[in-house]
Amino acid sequence: MTHPSGGGTADAPGSPADAYGALADAYGALADAPGDYSEGGWVKSDRQRERERLRRRRDLRSSSVATVSTVVFVVLVVSVVTASPGWPRVKETFFDLGQFTGAFPDVLAGFLLNIKIFLIAEPLILVVGLLVALVRTLHAPVFFPLRALAVLYTDVFRGVPTILVIYLVGFGLPALEIQGVPSDLATLGVIALTLSYGAYVAEVFRAGIDSVHPSQRAAARSLGLTQGQAMRFVVLPQAVRRVVPPLLNDFVSLQKDTALVATIGPLEALRQAQIHAADTFNYTPYLVAALLFIALTIPMARFTDYLAARSQRRRGA
Amino acid sequence: MSGPRETEGRDVVLRVENVWKNYHGHHVLRGIDLSVDSHEVVCLIGASGSGKSTLLRCVNLLEFVDDGVIHLDGEEITDVRADPDDVRKRIGMVFQSYNLFPSMTVLGNITLAPRKVHGVGRARAEEEARELLERFGLADKAGAYPDRLSGGQQQRVAIIRALATRPRLLLLDEVTSALDPALVGEVLEIIRELKATGMTMVLATHEMGLARDIADKVCFLDGGVLLEQGPPEQIFTEPRLPRTREFLRRVLEARRV
Ligand SMILES: Nc1ncnc2c1ncn2[C@@H]1O[C@H](COP(=O)(O)OP(=O)(O)OP(=O)(O)O)[C@@H](O)[C@H]1O
Ligand SMILES: [Mg+2]
Repeated sequence: MTHPSGGGTADAPGSPADAYGALADAYGALADAPGDYSEGGWVKSDRQRERERLRRRRDLRSSSVATVSTVVFVVLVVSVVTASPGWPRVKETFFDLGQFTGAFPDVLAGFLLNIKIFLIAEPLILVVGLLVALVRTLHAPVFFPLRALAVLYTDVFRGVPTILVIYLVGFGLPALEIQGVPSDLATLGVIALTLSYGAYVAEVFRAGIDSVHPSQRAAARSLGLTQGQAMRFVVLPQAVRRVVPPLLNDFVSLQKDTALVATIGPLEALRQAQIHAADTFNYTPYLVAALLFIALTIPMARFTDYLAARSQRRRGA
Repeated sequence: MSGPRETEGRDVVLRVENVWKNYHGHHVLRGIDLSVDSHEVVCLIGASGSGKSTLLRCVNLLEFVDDGVIHLDGEEITDVRADPDDVRKRIGMVFQSYNLFPSMTVLGNITLAPRKVHGVGRARAEEEARELLERFGLADKAGAYPDRLSGGQQQRVAIIRALATRPRLLLLDEVTSALDPALVGEVLEIIRELKATGMTMVLATHEMGLARDIADKVCFLDGGVLLEQGPPEQIFTEPRLPRTREFLRRVLEARRV
């Protein structure tokens, strides 16, 4: 430790404040010279060994209880379902192996379009959301129209169901026949999803910005940083870090909502599954699509959990 | 803009004249007059809620006054046309709760304002920051994040951060209140050293020992009024007003654990 010790020198001797100073000195001395406890001499006591043995046994018992109860639960569910009177028919229409392998290539190809839509929409949504959230923090009077527009945007697009936005954009935009408006169905889907999710994400960012304590802004301003600089260098970095878990959650939901784009027609996973199902009156292709979506969202969901747990740990530390 | 800077041969850094401030009709500052000379150290004392922090925040334009004027180096900073960002460039402020930026390292915290506000190059800003850290015994903490520092270390970094822009005036708001007694000493040491280098400072403090030790002038605030001011010897040994005497008696009693 390099700090100079003792706060007591500030006081005139004999003053009442001196007693306080002496206390500070005493504390300071303790902090300066931590005891010299070498670790070499430590031998694990019998009590500690016993404690660790009991702890291991308890852990083993809990994991075996968990395993047994899981197995019992699964067996129970499977036997109830397979014993039901309609099961042979359901098995035929939903779990047909031949249908599964037959539909898989097409549905997978469609699913690649879902991923493409997702990957393009996601950064666009982040940009829109962040911009709208920032516009709402501008307080200069010149920006009033912009700010009002941002409020109107979030109000409208959070209120309208995503599937309606997709219909309106998918069928309405091209109908305007404006030069330069894309007519590609997947592109229109991306636009619709961006509009809809941008409003949610803007609110998430705004909540993150509001959650940064005002004293941080005061400290930044007191250093001479302008409002914009304080936002960019001090507030935003903290806000963004805090909203990562809720944002990832929104993106899990975006991944599956790419299937809503099927309603305006592009050949993505759900649309491909519909085509196959319509040909054969067998619903197994839907199962294929569902499994593909799950395969994509589960890793994302686990990652979100991991990040949330990590930030929880950090705050607890 | 009025306000003569040189009065009777003194170099006046800060002049507060008849400043009023109210929150929702509650008057927190009632006609404060205060003048701070270059190299002078002024301590504001007074009970909790007497308006010490509010006065400092008004000087730094973090709050706008409701009446009265404040001059910094002869220039009226309460003028509605004055640029608050420009004023704050010349004043450093340290808060009770440190308010370090958690997303940056110690070095990042210290170099932010020199680089972004004063246009100092990164290399030079970092070099100067390291010199300051060295001087105040924190050289090994340059790369650490604030949450890995003790309270005393955080507050020392906050002081260094305010110093890095070479302010004309330094405002310190109860910089030791949040600290363990063991850590108070290291922060007081910095403040003493700053006084030795001639830094002009205004401190709000509950540490009467500190006020007695380093103040050139002690100001007693009571209910938003600057009741009494004078050299520490006078204020602490023969306060003129009964209110001041009462306050000091209570503070010293409370400290006699
Ligand atoms: N932003 C605010 N809004 C409303 N009232 C406020 C605000 N800031 C301060 N006050 C009030 O102003 C009064 C003076 O507060 P101030 O923080 O200046 O006191 P202080 O002397 O610094 O007290 P302490 O020693 O506890 O820090 C208090 O009554 C407080 O409640
Ligand atoms: Mg205060």
